[in-house]
Amino acid sequence: MKKIINFLKGSPKTTVGLIMLIVTLVMTMGAPLFTNYDPIERFEGKYQEAPSEEHILGTTQLGRDVFSQTLHGGRKSISVGFFAGTIAVTLSLILGISAGYFGGVYDSIVSSIINVVMVIPNIVLLLIIASLLGGISPFLICIIIGFTSWPWNARVLRAQTMSIRSREFIYSAETLGESKLRILLVEIMPNMLSIISSSFVSTIIYAIMAHATLEFIGFGDPLSVTWGTMLYNAQTSGAMISGAWWEIAGPIGGLLLIGISLTLINFSIDEISNPKLRVQRFMRIYYKRQKKQLKENGRRS
Amino acid sequence: MKYILKRLSFYIVAFVAAITLNFFLPRFMPGDPVQMFIGDLYQSGGKIDEATIRAVEEMFGYNTDEPLIVTYFKYVGGIFTGDWGLSFKYYPQTVTDAISRGLGWTLFLMGTSLVLGFIINSLLGILVAWRRGGKMDTGVTVTSQILANIPAVVTALILSLSLGHTGLLPTGYAVTPLYFPATQWDYIKDVIYHAILPVSCILITGLGGVMGMRANMINQLGEDYITMGIAKGVPQHKIMIGYSARNALLPVVTSLAMQVGFLLGGSLIIEQVFNYPGLGTVMVNAINGRDYPLMQGILLMSTTLMLTANFLADIAILFLDPRIRRQK
Repeated sequence: MKKIINFLKGSPKTTVGLIMLIVTLVMTMGAPLFTNYDPIERFEGKYQEAPSEEHILGTTQLGRDVFSQTLHGGRKSISVGFFAGTIAVTLSLILGISAGYFGGVYDSIVSSIINVVMVIPNIVLLLIIASLLGGISPFLICIIIGFTSWPWNARVLRAQTMSIRSREFIYSAETLGESKLRILLVEIMPNMLSIISSSFVSTIIYAIMAHATLEFIGFGDPLSVTWGTMLYNAQTSGAMISGAWWEIAGPIGGLLLIGISLTLINFSIDEISNPKLRVQRFMRIYYKRQKKQLKENGRRS
Repeated sequence: MKYILKRLSFYIVAFVAAITLNFFLPRFMPGDPVQMFIGDLYQSGGKIDEATIRAVEEMFGYNTDEPLIVTYFKYVGGIFTGDWGLSFKYYPQTVTDAISRGLGWTLFLMGTSLVLGFIINSLLGILVAWRRGGKMDTGVTVTSQILANIPAVVTALILSLSLGHTGLLPTGYAVTPLYFPATQWDYIKDVIYHAILPVSCILITGLGGVMGMRANMINQLGEDYITMGIAKGVPQHKIMIGYSARNALLPVVTSLAMQVGFLLGGSLIIEQVFNYPGLGTVMVNAINGRDYPLMQGILLMSTTLMLTANFLADIAILFLDPRIRRQK
């Protein structure tokens, strides 16, 4: 416990990131605790009203409470991002590690698939698959995003596996006759935990943002409330032209919060796993001392 | 030469793979484009009979009498001869016509922001790596990473509301509508004025490039020849620019080409927000109008752009790095 507190004190990035993440998660997952309004309840006569005491973030074109929509919509956006990220990371783990370990024909097939998928612009591919499927449920969006965003991680994991593969402890495991699956899961994977976890976090960020983007273009379920559909509705109902900034303030704030907090957490994962990065703090102290010394020297002469 | 041929063969394989994906995606998806189209037609009160279905199938290039493989080779042949099919929405225009209308604007946006982004990211990366661990380093790395993770939609909407809506900068179009400039120079000024917001959005989403340059630079600064340079008494700015930055730039050129796909995705969305008449607007219109041939054409076109950028980067590396030239 003490260790954790000390670590948090030493690394403001982690602290700020964690607090922001916790606030966002509590606010969205426990949405009914913070707002009394139903996100799809329409208030007669209150169309596109500016923020007031009654409606903290105003109302939409259709007279719905923006604040309540933001909280309730965040639930779906975040969980879709989380599941899509899980799918992508699992795929990249399986393909990346196995390709790096087994090598040979299998590796060249997998890495050429990786290279080809990487040259096809991701968002465009997403949009086209989405439009071919027609109307889209959150479940399908998870799967589409998961299946199109694994190659980047797979490439990194494959390279890392290849470098670990030639170390002694792998050879000794092989001579001991350990099964291939055990070597992959127990010997290689734990050595890449930091890469895996940071790629997991960044894939979640990507997935949440891709989900919002897809829905902004108009691929969401129009009846469900998410950050993406809120932006889409604001754009199509002309909130941007009439200057109703509060309509997009909610979802944008939510996306910003989750994006910033996860990025900061990713920095701290890097910091924990890579001791070289911790040097930064010492460097800063060194620079400060150097400056002080320069000043003192200046005064003396 | 061997190097170029090797790269070129990879690009051809990738291009053919993209075409294959393009061909089979609509055919193996649960939703059948022909059925969807006919469904739309039926809803809008069109007359549906055997002949209509036949005609729609023909339009899509679905021919049930022909084996799939023959259709596939016809399709591939069509792609290489410039016959990308007919657009539904812009009928009787062909897909290539519809794409080429937006392509110029998108290329203009992408090109401008790629060049500007390269300069800004490299300079920032050099500076930050030189004073690594300082306050500026932490500030720049964290901010750039966060900004790169924020989706293009959010950046574009914020900029459009804050700068565009206050009347400082235009919120839409590539040139002022119904404006006939007296001189060429006025026209150029108008285009630049309209491009400021979209370009700065793409620049912001591409800021993650700072991290790459910074990492390369730090690696280079640890090399022996830098220590040697410092020991010899080479001036600092010379070590920074002429020694380390020059070497650190090489990998950046390659990653820049990989970034094109990412930036392209972003710029398609940004165009939508700013109502810019580029490929993004064509794409959204195609999607809303269920114009499958056009959508496939856009996927193909963006893949082609990406491959071209990669190939150009390979050639640039060849000129910049004497080591690769000597490999032959």
